[in-house]
Amino acid sequence: MAATEMTNGLAGWLRAQEQKDLLRFVTIGSVDDGKSTLIGRLLHDAHGLYEDQLHAVRRASVRGSTRGEGSTSEIDFSLFTDGLQAEREQGITIDVAYRYFTTASRKFIIADTPGHVQYTRNMATGASTADAALILVDARLGVLPQTRRHAQIAALLGISHVVACVNKMDLVGFDRSVFDSIVSDLRAIGEKLGLRSLHAIPVSALAGDNVVTKSERTPWWPGTTLLEHLETLPVEDRARAGAFRLPVQLVLRPGIGYRGFAGQIVSGTVKAGDEVLVLPSGKSSRVTSVDVAGKSVDIAFAPMSVALRLADEIDISRGDVLVHAETPLTVATEVEADLVWMSERPLDRAKSYLLKHTTRTVRAEVSTVVYGTDAETLEPVAKSTLVLNDIARVHVRCRAPIFFDAYATQRATGAFILIDSVTNDTVAAGMITKALEGAAERGTSRSLVGDEERRARLGQSGAVLRAVAGSLAAAFELGYALERALFDGRRIATVVDEARDASDAAEACARGGLFAIVAGVGADGESVEVNGRVLRASSREELVQRVLAAIT
Amino acid sequence: MNPGRLSHLEQLEAESIHILREVVAEFDRPVMLYSIGKDSSVLVRLAQKAFAPAPLPFPLLHIDTTWKFRAMIEFRDRFARENGLDLRIHTNRRALAEGASPFAWGSNKYTQVMKTHALLDALREGGYDAAFGGARRDEERSRAKERVLSFRDAYGQWDPKNQRPELWNLYNGKIRKGESIRAFPMSNWTELDVWQYIWQEDIPIVPLYFAAPRRVVEREGTLLMVDDERFPLLPGEEPRTEVVRFRTLGCYPLTGAVRSNAVTLPDILREMVEATTSERQGRLIDHDEAASMEAKKREGYF
Repeated sequence: MAATEMTNGLAGWLRAQEQKDLLRFVTIGSVDDGKSTLIGRLLHDAHGLYEDQLHAVRRASVRGSTRGEGSTSEIDFSLFTDGLQAEREQGITIDVAYRYFTTASRKFIIADTPGHVQYTRNMATGASTADAALILVDARLGVLPQTRRHAQIAALLGISHVVACVNKMDLVGFDRSVFDSIVSDLRAIGEKLGLRSLHAIPVSALAGDNVVTKSERTPWWPGTTLLEHLETLPVEDRARAGAFRLPVQLVLRPGIGYRGFAGQIVSGTVKAGDEVLVLPSGKSSRVTSVDVAGKSVDIAFAPMSVALRLADEIDISRGDVLVHAETPLTVATEVEADLVWMSERPLDRAKSYLLKHTTRTVRAEVSTVVYGTDAETLEPVAKSTLVLNDIARVHVRCRAPIFFDAYATQRATGAFILIDSVTNDTVAAGMITKALEGAAERGTSRSLVGDEERRARLGQSGAVLRAVAGSLAAAFELGYALERALFDGRRIATVVDEARDASDAAEACARGGLFAIVAGVGADGESVEVNGRVLRASSREELVQRVLAAIT
Repeated sequence: MNPGRLSHLEQLEAESIHILREVVAEFDRPVMLYSIGKDSSVLVRLAQKAFAPAPLPFPLLHIDTTWKFRAMIEFRDRFARENGLDLRIHTNRRALAEGASPFAWGSNKYTQVMKTHALLDALREGGYDAAFGGARRDEERSRAKERVLSFRDAYGQWDPKNQRPELWNLYNGKIRKGESIRAFPMSNWTELDVWQYIWQEDIPIVPLYFAAPRRVVEREGTLLMVDDERFPLLPGEEPRTEVVRFRTLGCYPLTGAVRSNAVTLPDILREMVEATTSERQGRLIDHDEAASMEAKKREGYF
């Protein structure tokens, strides 16, 4: 389009195209806050629209604007993205629309999503692949419940950058105090949700202020326009930096002599000669060739689609994962996860669903709803089941092990969907936080100390006391008060930080005088690490004796 | 390829290959809709890359209305032969015998019978449970709303108000008997991406995309090519030779040409970058009525 010209000839233009990176962003917020209008404005002012598209929308705008206000000669920008008949009839966005535009420095994929509470699942659809979220707030109305719900989903989905567009500033006279107060509300929400970055811009999507052109009506505001901000947001690539993971999609076997394990590398790098571990079999082999389109390449990395050939004839099929031995995935049948429920039918805890994770589909039940979240206050609330749009922390029990990373570490290996096996609908999106006790890796091994024995020795029954308060600091205060009171009453307790992982919890138990034993996977034989020293022995019995001698 | 970084096109390619492989892994009888156009050519190349060194693990299906440009049919047969493709061709013979033609029946009725009905019949007869298409979301605004794996009921109908949520790249391929999935591996490609890829990968395309002197008549502002003697001239109409090309290809009486001097791929790319109209403004069937594409897709049109 006219914005990008071939000033340096075709070769120069192609080089420039190769240098451009890609930012995927999603627009979120409440109904009628102007999301579709903002996208239309952005595309229009950044020359992302063709004349015939403009002409068609101009014609439709005259026929009847979905917006009650303004003169009919104005373009109804929302018509560029509200592409379904029902959307134009009702003047609302029902499903996500994807739009594409390019500037001199970057390519963009926009997911324009509905604000209507009924269609929150479509908002999550658009947000799941986004690097950044534009959250719109109507300057006249401020932060609404749906704004909070959307912000929470953006936070859960791990979106790196949130850009708050305080819209319709023209309708509040570009009043700085209105903007400041909304931004302070948003910051409070951002902190509560643990949003990593929050940036705010005062805009008018309808009039174009601070969207692509800097507004003269906000002299009090020193920042850049929305487009400039989007062009300079850092696009981080967590996938490429991570450990190597290749979920196997299918096995290519065109004839005798070729067996390629095909899939998209979801994180990390692989090259010929690498030793790889196959999950779940635990067998290892060496990569003899990394193939792209049937041709061998030296090295491949996320998100390339490849086929790997291995030195050994190992049984590998769809749903298995190839990794480097030193960076294995967690293997478990029971996991803790955050769930966004997307179905009109409530969660049935007695029912088994299909859980699709990477290329693996297993049967699974949601065994426990640990807590839900109040959409209004964002505080945890007790829940026994989940209905449409509920967000909750749950325990999921799978009938076969899955191999995963925590979603916070790696999206592609931490995400799953639940499918109703009767209706075939996608009913929930899940983000794994950690493995639960009862993990498959422990296999058939059982603790040799009975719970009864241990309780008798300590002279106490044991319990998990979850100390909940308005802030983390207050929760710790409460926790330490309980610990003191228990200790004074001749009970042994120690406080662990719920947000930390198992190792941190074990450290806390150890500091509290308990021996905390952590089970993990290692490449070469059995060993036990005691206070930083790794102990080995020729037999397990001897190893246990050495450990007993090493601790005080 | 820059070490450690994929270009935009390489990212799109990797995503498309992932989708192609997912569908082949999860469905019993996939098929690829082959419409002979530039997007079809790219889709075939992506599939070849996805399954190399194996051949394509599914057949190609062309819904032949018998009103395609002659150059398209020549290209189709050569392309299939040279690439060793398993190409199936389906035509709604009964409607043809009843005189179906875009001129006699009007574009709406004709499209419904010769394209939508023919497609649904062919999918049912072949027992196909998934059909790939080269559609892109940037083509048209109801396309912009469609999922990568788009669910169709037992009658091939699309319900745009009730699409399955589609998160990350975890595609839900579960269907019941009779239902099907339309899969769009090129959803996130734009027209410019397609041209750039064709140029970089040296992918063969129908010569009609390149400018050449052709016999045309101008009707209601659209340049129509008189491809054979079936074209009924209106009183006073006289075909004249103009240098034109096509940005999109379909049935010749329904596809408008553009005046252009672009005779090479670099010329086309240059023209594309400076274009001020979208490719589908030459597609008459998009403009039959407001929301026309959506209405057709609801009925089962690809």
